[in-house]
Amino acid sequence: MNELRVWVQGIGLLGPGLNSWPSALEVLRGGQPHANVPTVLPLPSRLPPAERRRAGSAVKLAMAVADEAVTQAQFDPGTLATVFASSSGEGANCHALCDTLASATPVVSPTRFTNSVHNASSGAWHIAVASRAPSTSLCAFDGSFGAGLIEATISVCLTGRPVLLVASDSPYPEPLNTARPLPDHFGVALLLTPAATERSLSALTLRLSSSPAVATPLREASLETLRHALPAAAVLPLLVAIAQGAAQRHMALGYLPAMGLLVDVEPVV
Amino acid sequence: MTPLAISAFTLTTALGAGRAATLDALRAQRSGLAPVTFMGLPLPTWVGEVAGVDATRLPQPLAEFDCRNNRLAWWGLQQDGFLGAVAVARARWGAGRVAVFLGTSTSGLLQTELAYRRRTSDGSLPADFHYGPTQNTYSVADFAMHALQLQGPSWVVSTACSSSAKVFGTAARMIAAGLVDAAVVGGVDSLCLSTLYGFNSLELLSDEICRPWDAARKGLSIGEAAAFALVERASEAPQGWLLGIGETNDGYHMSTPHPEGAGAIAAMRGALADAGLQAADIDYINLHGTATPTNDTAEDAAVNSVFGSSTPCSSTKGATGHTLGAAGAVEALIALLAIQHGVMPAGLNVQQRDAALQLNYLQHNQAAGVRRVLSNSFGFGGSNASLVLGGVG
Repeated sequence: MNELRVWVQGIGLLGPGLNSWPSALEVLRGGQPHANVPTVLPLPSRLPPAERRRAGSAVKLAMAVADEAVTQAQFDPGTLATVFASSSGEGANCHALCDTLASATPVVSPTRFTNSVHNASSGAWHIAVASRAPSTSLCAFDGSFGAGLIEATISVCLTGRPVLLVASDSPYPEPLNTARPLPDHFGVALLLTPAATERSLSALTLRLSSSPAVATPLREASLETLRHALPAAAVLPLLVAIAQGAAQRHMALGYLPAMGLLVDVEPVV
Repeated sequence: MTPLAISAFTLTTALGAGRAATLDALRAQRSGLAPVTFMGLPLPTWVGEVAGVDATRLPQPLAEFDCRNNRLAWWGLQQDGFLGAVAVARARWGAGRVAVFLGTSTSGLLQTELAYRRRTSDGSLPADFHYGPTQNTYSVADFAMHALQLQGPSWVVSTACSSSAKVFGTAARMIAAGLVDAAVVGGVDSLCLSTLYGFNSLELLSDEICRPWDAARKGLSIGEAAAFALVERASEAPQGWLLGIGETNDGYHMSTPHPEGAGAIAAMRGALADAGLQAADIDYINLHGTATPTNDTAEDAAVNSVFGSSTPCSSTKGATGHTLGAAGAVEALIALLAIQHGVMPAGLNVQQRDAALQLNYLQHNQAAGVRRVLSNSFGFGGSNASLVLGGVG
């Protein structure tokens, strides 16, 4: 395969001071300062009532950005393949299980256990949209967004079919928060297509680099702090470039300590 | 797909460490399951514990990765000359062109469960707890990258019990896309409290040895395992081939399979189509076969609708236990052993075959030429993966 090139047709975004893709545009363009306001998670309206009650923060976050991306792209999610990337899944759930299991006679909640799987968000999304399309759920610690972007891009290029990438992270309660501090919820969804459409926002061309480039820093200090603090926020340089509508070559996104990820971003006129 | 060469493989389960021990146990129709003694847990269940994990020590420079899951990974990596095979691939392709994609469901979570029992008076975790190299879902692939001195792309696939079947697809795509030339794939999952108490809370654990396809089956026996394969763009002496993969979702329920196995049917058909094969081309099917009443009923119907009822099949979970995130790789590699040694392994522990199930379920080993095997892996969240594996020549 000569070139790993995909088009972004829809974006979902939810994080501190970033309430949706359209409402974040001015901040990402530098026209408005970024306010570090805590993320508010909406109820996952697409889920059936029983699943909605059981949904934890990680599922709510992933569902919210996935929903925004497919709605904006006017795309039927029922046949859409998905890639979910997260550094840690549902932190509150993990804490509750470990806390229970530390007691002398543990009584584990079946719902908590079921929702403890790393692919809980994928499972919930595919139930919500009644989709049997392929889905995978990945983790590469701080490089989880990069891993998801690579997997989603090669899937689009090899199958010629669109893929919805969802990258999201949710904080742990204490005491795990001290061991793995993730200050807030951050999620992003990119609907990637194999060819330009009239709704395309941008084209992305991916390359791996064996010399790990330092990730392209962001001008806005508050966003740069966010990028360092949350694995899924590794997407921010990409979103800034798309929001600004400027072509950018060799943008370096964080991935692994020994491997960089370079992206060319071209606006679609 | 273009067939993908499997140059080396190894598996360590309750049946033993490495291929020879596994093959001996399969030939003797011996189960590795026993009533639980792990941590003295008061649960009425059987488990497939791997002997030798506790005694395994990680290489000193990798000490911060120390946890049961990475000890199991390291114990497994040392079998069957696998380290040497990876070293050859590293020299041939370059460390940056060999990927590591592993499946796990709980990674080193036991380390966190134990750390919670040692919380200090102010509720904080002990100072010797290292989140990233142990608990984090990626830790086992990170450990393997360091232990194998590889620098290619890497991540963990964590889709519950289909995880380490799906990594074969990941590697095939990455090689097809030209991003790497080879990949270490596999799965590692180790015993921990969350899975044992969790499956117990769902009333899915059997209080006796698990009995797939038995009329009175009561549920699963949990096992642990480390299974690895080296796949390459080109191989001088392939051990076998990945011929096809099908991946689907049920989109039905988080923990219950679709009653007619709709997603499973689509995964099996997808794997056959990917391999360019018909149902009749498959000689043996290694079933997901967890021994829960619902799984075996749904899978029986699903396999029957794709293959009919005559293809020989079995679940090897009566021997290894359900190794969760490692099960896909364990069973793919048992499929390769079946092909290489011409033996279709029996499904163990059947006392009274479930008369409602239609498939040609093997209750005794069958010696036969085996050219191609389909292996099923289904998981929570409705994640399904089917692999087609083939022999050489």
